[in-house]
Amino acid sequence: MEILMAFIVGFLFMAATYLMLSKSLLRVIIGTAVLSHGVHLLLLTMGGLKKGAPPILNEEATSYVDPLPQALILTAIVIAFGVTSFLLVMAFRAYQELKVDDMDQMRGNDQHE
Amino acid sequence: MNNLIILPILIPLLAAVLLIFMNKSIKLMRVFSAISSFTAVVVAAVLVQTVFTDGIQTLYLGGWKPPFGIVLVADQFASLLALTTAIIGFLTVLYSFRSIGEQRERFFYYSAIQFLLAGVSGAFLTGDLFNLFVFFEVLLMASYVLIVIGGTKIQLRESLKYIVFNIISSALFVIGVAYLYAVTGTLNMADLSVRISESGQTGLITVIAVLFLIVFGLKGGIFPLYFWMPGSYYAPPAPIATLFGALLTKVGMYAIARVFTLIFTQDAAFTHQLMIWLAALTIIFGVIGSIAYCDVQKIIIYNIVTAVGVILFGIAANTPASIEGSIYYLIHDMIIKGVLFMLGGALFALTGTNNLKKMGGLIKSHPVLGWMFLLSAISLAGVPPFSGFIGKLKIAEGGFRSGEFVITMLMLLSSLLVLYSVAKIFIYGFWGDEQKDTQIKGSIKSYIFPAAILLALSLAIGIVTELAAPYFHQAADTLVNPKTYIEAVLKE
Repeated sequence: MEILMAFIVGFLFMAATYLMLSKSLLRVIIGTAVLSHGVHLLLLTMGGLKKGAPPILNEEATSYVDPLPQALILTAIVIAFGVTSFLLVMAFRAYQELKVDDMDQMRGNDQHE
Repeated sequence: MNNLIILPILIPLLAAVLLIFMNKSIKLMRVFSAISSFTAVVVAAVLVQTVFTDGIQTLYLGGWKPPFGIVLVADQFASLLALTTAIIGFLTVLYSFRSIGEQRERFFYYSAIQFLLAGVSGAFLTGDLFNLFVFFEVLLMASYVLIVIGGTKIQLRESLKYIVFNIISSALFVIGVAYLYAVTGTLNMADLSVRISESGQTGLITVIAVLFLIVFGLKGGIFPLYFWMPGSYYAPPAPIATLFGALLTKVGMYAIARVFTLIFTQDAAFTHQLMIWLAALTIIFGVIGSIAYCDVQKIIIYNIVTAVGVILFGIAANTPASIEGSIYYLIHDMIIKGVLFMLGGALFALTGTNNLKKMGGLIKSHPVLGWMFLLSAISLAGVPPFSGFIGKLKIAEGGFRSGEFVITMLMLLSSLLVLYSVAKIFIYGFWGDEQKDTQIKGSIKSYIFPAAILLALSLAIGIVTELAAPYFHQAADTLVNPKTYIEAVLKE
């Protein structure tokens, strides 16, 4: 199971890298979202995917799944969510002001803003 | 157990929350943020003194014993950095009153500064790897707001790049945490250190160590990973650039120092050698950048890169002397970069340009600014009465002891070019004929005053080194002997 997840995570990282290297700003943002998906799945996988009850004490079970990675992922998800929404709004503002969404045209130097 | 440790985080955090409700009155926001930042300075100073007399202080959050709960650890290294952070935060708030402009102040500017300070102090004081990630995100999120506040075109353009790079580096940080958790099953730094020294540093852990070097290198701006810095730090106005230049990259350097003296210490032949080469390249590229430009801001920004290389070299040389030198240099560099960005902001306010070729003859109309700039340039280069000297001296001593003659010489030579790059600002900006076409605007007294305090502090560290030395020595002692850190955290 971990092997399969490793391949899926690897594919997500590959797609994210490809998207983030593209010209359009929106593709870059989609790339960051895919990257954070990959990261969260990796965190879950590296915590171990052994079978067990959900980490709720009411469930009468002999073994539970590891609760720590789940808490870490939950934290990482809301952080990624906050950052992504900020980035989306900023991309919108940048589109309004600069009138481009092509990362290549967002180069600047000291002479002209 | 000591609740004092959390106050350098809690005070800015509470201040930031309260400042959100005060955004109607700019006067109130100014007074309140000045008072709370000053309180943070006092508290951090008390913390430094407590750690100095009573040894390493720990606080188990919620009363859970490590490694199960989150622990805050204040050793002397972290406390000194928290104090420096608080001082720079306080002076930046004072510096902002006249320079940032009401438009920006109205939109939660002071709140964002306090959140940034909370994140930076938290990153210094935490003893847990994932908690370090969270504090990194707190300070990064505040820095995203600060870099784009005002919304000019250059800010929008550069902040997009800054955010995307930091999202990638944060993702890498979580990947590193996931790998390390899979290998060791813990996230507490002291516990990680124990487990890794028990199992020995396998190849897998060395890979994770290099991953962490990449992550913190992206935050700290070491050689192949500093490419985002010149653009990003160029965009925001002077007080924000002061905060960024003085604090943000230094958090990355602190994390490298902590992680590579506490956790990944077993395979030093590989990891530390890699860091030495990266440090050498960082110094070279920083120096090239700083002599290439004729632009005040750009010169100062590339000097950050050089300083990061020097600090990294001190950590990587891994001798007691060089580690102590790195601590001196880290704190010196936080202070002096603050001064330089503040004075650079004053120059910009006077002349309306960053281009050195369009300035000249300011020494006649503004002698105080000129002499302060000269003093800070000398201090940056490391001339004896100032704080930059003792750090470089110790790093050089450690470098020679560890047999890295070529790179130590390179570091010493870099001082010369650093001096040249800042002297260029002095020569073009302050000597020569007065430029008629640049209009000289108003008074810059309020710009100079906070910078003067910081410069005096830098002078003080240099002159009364005898008084400061025990503190720095204690700080280096914890890094050289991680056992004391581990025992303080995991004591029964």
